[in-house]
Amino acid sequence: MILYLLAVLLAFTSGIPGLWLRRRGGEAAAVLMGLAALLGIVAALRVLLGGASWVVGLPALPMSATGGLAFDAIAAWFAIPVFLLSAGGALYAVGYWDERHGNVRLLRVVFGLAAGSLALLVAAAHVLTFILAWEGMAVSAFVLVMAEDRQPETRRAGWIYLISTHTGTLCLIAAFSLLMPFTGHGRLDLLPAGFASSSRGTLTFVLFLLAFGLKAGIMPLHFWLPPAHAAAPSHVSALMSGVLIKMGILGLIRLVSWVPDPPPWWGGLFLGLGALSGLLGVAFALGQHDLKRLLAYHSIENIGIILLGLGLGTLGKAAGHPVMMALGFGGALLHVLNHSLFKGLLFLSAGAVVRATGGRNMDRMGGLGRAMPWTSGAFLVGAWAIVGLPPLNGFISEWMIYLGAFRGFTLFRWPWTAGVVTALALIGALALACFAKAFGAVFLGEPRTPTAARALEAPLSLRVPMAVLALACAFIGLAPVLIAPALGRAVAVLGPGTAQTDLARLAHLSSLTAWATPMLLLAGLLWAWARPGKAPRDRPTWDCGYARPGARMQYTASSFAQGLVGGLRWILWPKVHGGRVQGLFPAGAQYGSHVPDPVLDRFADPLLRLVARGAALLRILQGGQLSVYLLYVLLTLLTLLIWMVA
Amino acid sequence: MSPDFLIALTMLTNFALVATSRINKAIQLAVVQGVLLGLVPLAMGLGRHVHILVVALAAVAVKGWLIPYLMRRAARQLQIRREVDPYIGFTVSLMLCAAGTGLSLLVAHSLPLKPGTPYPLLVPAALATLFTGFLILVSRRKALTQVVGYLVLENGIYLFGLLLVEEMPVLVETGILLDLFVGVFVMGIVINHIRVAFDSVDTRHLAELKD
Amino acid sequence: MPDALLTRILHLLMHLLTVVLLAPLIPGLITKVKARMAGRVGPPVFQLYYDLAKLARKQAVYSRTTTWVFLLGPVGTVAAMLAASLLVPFGHTPAPVAFEGDVILFAYLLGLSRFLTVLSALDTGSSFEGMGAAREVAFAALAEPALFLGFAALAKVSGSTSLTLMLGSLGVGSGAVTAPLILIIAGWSIVYLAENSRIPVDDPTTHLELTMIHEVMVLDHSGRPFALVLYGASLKLLVLSALLLDLMLPKAAHAWQDWARFFVGLGGLAGVVGLVESATARFQMTHVPRFLVAGILASAFAFLLLLV
Repeated sequence: MILYLLAVLLAFTSGIPGLWLRRRGGEAAAVLMGLAALLGIVAALRVLLGGASWVVGLPALPMSATGGLAFDAIAAWFAIPVFLLSAGGALYAVGYWDERHGNVRLLRVVFGLAAGSLALLVAAAHVLTFILAWEGMAVSAFVLVMAEDRQPETRRAGWIYLISTHTGTLCLIAAFSLLMPFTGHGRLDLLPAGFASSSRGTLTFVLFLLAFGLKAGIMPLHFWLPPAHAAAPSHVSALMSGVLIKMGILGLIRLVSWVPDPPPWWGGLFLGLGALSGLLGVAFALGQHDLKRLLAYHSIENIGIILLGLGLGTLGKAAGHPVMMALGFGGALLHVLNHSLFKGLLFLSAGAVVRATGGRNMDRMGGLGRAMPWTSGAFLVGAWAIVGLPPLNGFISEWMIYLGAFRGFTLFRWPWTAGVVTALALIGALALACFAKAFGAVFLGEPRTPTAARALEAPLSLRVPMAVLALACAFIGLAPVLIAPALGRAVAVLGPGTAQTDLARLAHLSSLTAWATPMLLLAGLLWAWARPGKAPRDRPTWDCGYARPGARMQYTASSFAQGLVGGLRWILWPKVHGGRVQGLFPAGAQYGSHVPDPVLDRFADPLLRLVARGAALLRILQGGQLSVYLLYVLLTLLTLLIWMVA
Repeated sequence: MSPDFLIALTMLTNFALVATSRINKAIQLAVVQGVLLGLVPLAMGLGRHVHILVVALAAVAVKGWLIPYLMRRAARQLQIRREVDPYIGFTVSLMLCAAGTGLSLLVAHSLPLKPGTPYPLLVPAALATLFTGFLILVSRRKALTQVVGYLVLENGIYLFGLLLVEEMPVLVETGILLDLFVGVFVMGIVINHIRVAFDSVDTRHLAELKD
Repeated sequence: MPDALLTRILHLLMHLLTVVLLAPLIPGLITKVKARMAGRVGPPVFQLYYDLAKLARKQAVYSRTTTWVFLLGPVGTVAAMLAASLLVPFGHTPAPVAFEGDVILFAYLLGLSRFLTVLSALDTGSSFEGMGAAREVAFAALAEPALFLGFAALAKVSGSTSLTLMLGSLGVGSGAVTAPLILIIAGWSIVYLAENSRIPVDDPTTHLELTMIHEVMVLDHSGRPFALVLYGASLKLLVLSALLLDLMLPKAAHAWQDWARFFVGLGGLAGVVGLVESATARFQMTHVPRFLVAGILASAFAFLLLLV
């Protein structure tokens, strides 16, 4: 307990020494954050490996709170990525943040605040601590997103984020106040049986779903996510995508853990939303040219996969099947951890690319693999894992969700879980296409612009966090058996009755390790056999007889995805401009295409513009004169007085 | 002196405040009003409670000396003597003030307040002073006169407080005083900034800051 | 007991030898059938073995654009396909490796080999290889659901998610599930043709790079890596043939008869593919998705039939 609280304190204060240090402020923050991560992860592991969970009361709070923080297995499970990515981000910031990002010192302090709030939030067990930590996280993330506020695009992203997060908080407060009569003085704990199926329970659930869905970026509440992730500095994007949006999932998971008897339609709704987020997320990712926006849409996709697991587990809990609970919740929780690892890795390596080339448009990159071998290796590991290919960690969690879905219709009579299988398969195939496109366009082939040709490898402080995350991905992928007991403890909090099921045996995790090792050995042997050695490397690519193949002839990211985007035209509605050539000897023509966001650009923007036009009428009332405002007060007072008397 | 007499005097100062255009006079009248009100609890015979005594004396000190001192200094520095060209003319203000006082007298007894108070003028005077304060705030253009309006507004609240004086904890009363002091202080800073920025203390210029 | 163990070891050996040695024979058989149908003599059935032996001795040439990613495709494909081959039962003999859920691993190994091949292609920076890669991933996105829906239907029938149990206990005429089984076979045949880049989806022998899918992705490979590419493709053909054959072959009385039937079936399937390739023309590229959607529908109907 002391360890964890100390870690939180260190995280909160990590940026403060940098305020006074003339140089090496970033290093100081990284050291403090690293220390915090060490303590925090040790504290988390202690609970996950069977140690007792603990509770801190906050007696001085006005609402006579009895439990401010409760550090159980779920909190410990979420605390690990929080600390890992915070420490990685702090180290990364040393080499990444410069004067371009405005007030670096202040932003370092805010980064510490964000990390500390996240660490508090995972353990929050009281309405007040939950909302405080939630708001602390949201507001500090807003400041971080606005780091490059000199660009109008960033400002727009920041405001959209702020509005959506506050809408979410509003729903959250409403939901908590509905919950108040059932919680002892605001303590968040088991709710009475039957609450979930009452109409009040339904309303609470919908409000929670809105609040947490906005944070997690579930379609169609995802609209703030792509612009914010693209505009934020990359290690902030990593923290946001890796941990911050998972707090929405944490909320849903907590909700399912408080309710002893969730109605089956909760699970069904999770499955439906999960399939929607997963499929649309990856479909829209395919249409992006901006590397970080592409990764942001993939976060939506992965939230969808997590929801699929959560939905299966909730169905299992509703029906009382421990196997379904273990596989569904286990898959969801493991995917939460996995996604934070590989998405953090991807955003960090994307940041290194952005730093090296000064832009985010993939069609202007290319060939970076030779100049930046470490970064390209890191990105490849991340891509490999996120596509869910064996033998990395993404496969393990998807595997568990698949198993749960297969069980759903083989053992129990839930035929619609076959839809989960199909959705997962389609998501997997599209994600593969999307990451082949991203990796290929950025790192492979020839540089498409002079800037890309001049790119240099990232400095050590950027490469170390990437390497750590990549190793973590490989570790979970190759030895899932080792983390199964910890995962089992976290699942046991969610689903009573799953404590007896051995997750490792249930999901045949040891078979996966046993299978992966010889395959890797075999691949190594084949590699040694086919390895180039002293083969000549002075020839150009054979381009089917073209005498002088140029870098601009290569397939770009857009052309690579064009077939799929065209096939998905009915969902994506891509906007195409130009591209027509006329006459026998046509002059130069331009062609461009982009895929606007369905909710933000197609729906919310026109609607809000309409509202803004209406609101302009109200401006007559707002004259800017102090006296006029006071007059309003006076008039209100008078009206009230007369109304009271009459 | 009976408290009712003091309260009636307070209501009279309201009219005088609305009618005057000279800033020094306005400040003087605000001082008079503040001191009068400070004496009311003593006249009510509440001087036996030590905490009320202390608060009343503090109120007299702050309103009768500290705040006017600050304001006179500001007026000297800014070299303003008169409120010229207010939004609402002095005659009209006077009539509005009279209307407000009348309304308060009419309304006061039907308000769901503590019944059986021995001082029938207290509630109407409180309401009337509130209105007067608002009226000054709304109708005047110079920042300094607005501060006076603010002071008068606070006096009204103070009168309301007297209604509950025996139940009212010291904390609340001192809180109001502190609030007033900070308010005047902040206004002073704001006035100075307006002067620096626009080379005048006309609050109209603040409208240029709106979106 | 030692007798049963011995049989298992023998089966394992048979399985491994079939995978390692027999795989390159199938493309040879198909080519031979096609040549005969066209009235030519055609290359020998063992041509691929000769090619592999020759390529293994040749020095490779690398484009200066390529990086280490270039080698991932050939190596990864062979490794993934060898691993996948261990999960598939040949005939009705259990697969060497079988555990609950291995069907998912199998499908993802196919995905792995595709991912790495596509990256290798993009590594060359050639516009043609990029084009082939784009087509490969687009069509695979449609083949994947068809494959998985077939798996779902089989899992529903057998109550298991292990390929050995899902495929090993079945066979046409083995009971009430004939209609869904035929639908799965139809759906998977489409997947089979698409995944192995056969006519009518892709033509492995065409001369125009613009119209290729798979072959264009390996244009720049040479020497040993190219040997791995060819070998990997033949392994994939073998593995997917086995998947399809398991659904069709009836169970025999004796295990060795199962093996015999499997080999005959393999030859037969190669012949059928040869016949199909001789008799049909390649689809226009824009028609390929329609063909694959038909595969999805067939598999989906198979699953739906099982529900009623």
